Amino acid sequence: MISRRSFCKKSLLIAGGLAIPLSCLELFDPKRLLAEKDQKGPRWVFLVDTRKCVGCGFCVKGCKVENEVPYDANVTRTWVERYVVTNDGKTHIDSPKGARDGFPNKGIDIGHGKLEEIKDDDIDKAFFVPKLCNQCDNPPCVQVCPVGATYQTADGVVLVDRSWCIGCGYCIMGCPYGVRFFHPVFHVAEKCNFCYHRITKGMQTACVDSCAFGARRVGNLRDPEDPVTKVIMTERVNVLKEEYGTKPQVFYLGLSKEVK
Amino acid sequence: MVHGEAWTIKEFFTYPNEYIYWTIQIVMYPFMTGLVAGAFVLSSLYHVFGVKQLKGIARFSLVFSFALLPVAMLPLLMHLQQPLRGIEVMMTPHFTSAIAAFGIVFSTYGMIVASELWFVFRKHFVETALALKRVEGRTALQQGQYVLFSVLTLGAWDVSHEALEADERAVKKLAAAGIPVACFLHGYAGFIFGSVKANALWMTPLMPVIFICSAVVSGIALCILTYILTMEIRKQLARRHRLAHPELPSMEELKSAEAHVVAMTSRYLLMFMVAAITLELLDLIFRGYTAVKSWDILRSVIYERDFVNIFVIQYGLGNLVPFVLFMIPGLTIRRAAVGTMLVLVGVFMMRWNVVIGGQAFSSSFSGFMHYVLPIWPDSMETLKEGFFGAMIVAVVPFCIFYVLNKVMPVFKETH
Ligand code: SF4
Ligand code: SF4
Repeated sequence: MISRRSFCKKSLLIAGGLAIPLSCLELFDPKRLLAEKDQKGPRWVFLVDTRKCVGCGFCVKGCKVENEVPYDANVTRTWVERYVVTNDGKTHIDSPKGARDGFPNKGIDIGHGKLEEIKDDDIDKAFFVPKLCNQCDNPPCVQVCPVGATYQTADGVVLVDRSWCIGCGYCIMGCPYGVRFFHPVFHVAEKCNFCYHRITKGMQTACVDSCAFGARRVGNLRDPEDPVTKVIMTERVNVLKEEYGTKPQVFYLGLSKEVK
Repeated sequence: MVHGEAWTIKEFFTYPNEYIYWTIQIVMYPFMTGLVAGAFVLSSLYHVFGVKQLKGIARFSLVFSFALLPVAMLPLLMHLQQPLRGIEVMMTPHFTSAIAAFGIVFSTYGMIVASELWFVFRKHFVETALALKRVEGRTALQQGQYVLFSVLTLGAWDVSHEALEADERAVKKLAAAGIPVACFLHGYAGFIFGSVKANALWMTPLMPVIFICSAVVSGIALCILTYILTMEIRKQLARRHRLAHPELPSMEELKSAEAHVVAMTSRYLLMFMVAAITLELLDLIFRGYTAVKSWDILRSVIYERDFVNIFVIQYGLGNLVPFVLFMIPGLTIRRAAVGTMLVLVGVFMMRWNVVIGGQAFSSSFSGFMHYVLPIWPDSMETLKEGFFGAMIVAVVPFCIFYVLNKVMPVFKETH
């Protein structure tokens, strides 16, 4: 009869032995290797011209309708921030309902349902900044997802698998840009995906289509002839919160130091 | 209503999607894992380092650690938006994620504790099974017990002196292997927070160490407290049963054993408390001294908005007062009970201030969010992530401990 000691030893050995070939399946996934090498496809990027944005919020509306984010829910895939810098050196920022209805009030929304009135004479400068997921090249949201429900495609877009997300919220915590939220209907992590279903068919994103002022554009960084790429390569563009090392791929024209 | 809206109040500018997403359950999670790790370390002090005086509490804390183990997962599960998919963390782990690796450490640790318990209680299993076997005409209950204990022996019926010695050696080895795993288990909980670079309060390599130290503190404190409580109950029982069973230990014997164990254990508690507070203060001073970009908003959270939570409750009531209580010579049981309770409050508040305080400010650094703990639930969400959800998590380990104690009596002398 096999002794208990040798039984334990042998079963450990077998379990360990099995683990090695199993881990190879993961290490040598040919599809993944191909995707990593495949540099020919597009690399989607976004260009925001803050000088052109008027804060109408049509993009926010368009996005909500296109991507089935409940219209009245206080979350949104993209939003517009208003910055008002006064001559006492203070910056006042707000984005009521993500600017879904634009900025109907002159006063700045400071929470608790209160508005802060600012006199015209006190204002040094004021401008609008649209925000959306940066489809980071080094996305912390992908890094922290415990089940791999958030992943990055070969063309650079970060997607969430709604059938796989367990709803832990780690990615929401990990994103320095606060773009992620829980979808009120599906109860999984949600965020902007550059309208992946549209751009991969050669269309524009919903927000780009809704913007009457040309403040938003989407492009392919691997195509030197792409007008967006040309701007990014030749003009003075900036990105948000570069210090986190996320390598954001949404580029801004006319970004000001007040922008958070 | 979207997730988080029910309990978040915003002030000034926060990004539109920002809410307090990690609620009281995520406070309970490191608190409970901390208790698991701490209780285990306490039991190992006896098993590995041979601190003889802790013998009375060692077995107790080992079983308690095991009872707490499943509960460490419970808050995570209750917090998930898709709880039914929770098992995917084990089935399809994504190894760059701290939570995924946690699942593996957690199960390894669970197996270590289970096997250690088995070696400790094997003799008891065998003896009980044999005793039941001899009983003629077993009742259904006895038959059930007989089957249970026979299965628990796993076929190892040998209780000769050599076999028991071998058991003892195995316990020692497992306990030694368990210490790093227990520390890792909890260090990892700290790492989950410390590695979130998007959060200015969490982002520090000290986080895992701070978590381990306070985990040991809370584990020891809870063991002392529960030990005192169970001993009280035993004393009352002893008073009642002694007439019928004179072989039971007397009230006085129990009392002196208790006082001795409590005094000894609280010395270790003090030691770990000093380490924990030193590290926390070091972190605080370092942040203020280097004053990077985020310090402005951190300072207003730490010194203004959360002042009462951090300095009054956590450091004052949870650290300073119990410290003084334990330092005054001639420690009484009652004083120890009050002290350990306060220590537990302090450690809980430390978790609270890290988890909730870390989300109290917007990542835009220009606004704040307040967490209003839902007390009376009006939906599944506010039930799960509110006061009652946390209470469930707090009560379950004691129920499990009660059941475990039936199978593995922590107070019975076996070896
Ligand atoms: S912006 Fe946030 S959600 Fe988008 S890819 Fe970067 S880290 Fe992820
Ligand atoms: S919420 Fe979903 S997508 Fe985000 S980290 Fe958790 S499992 Fe991944």
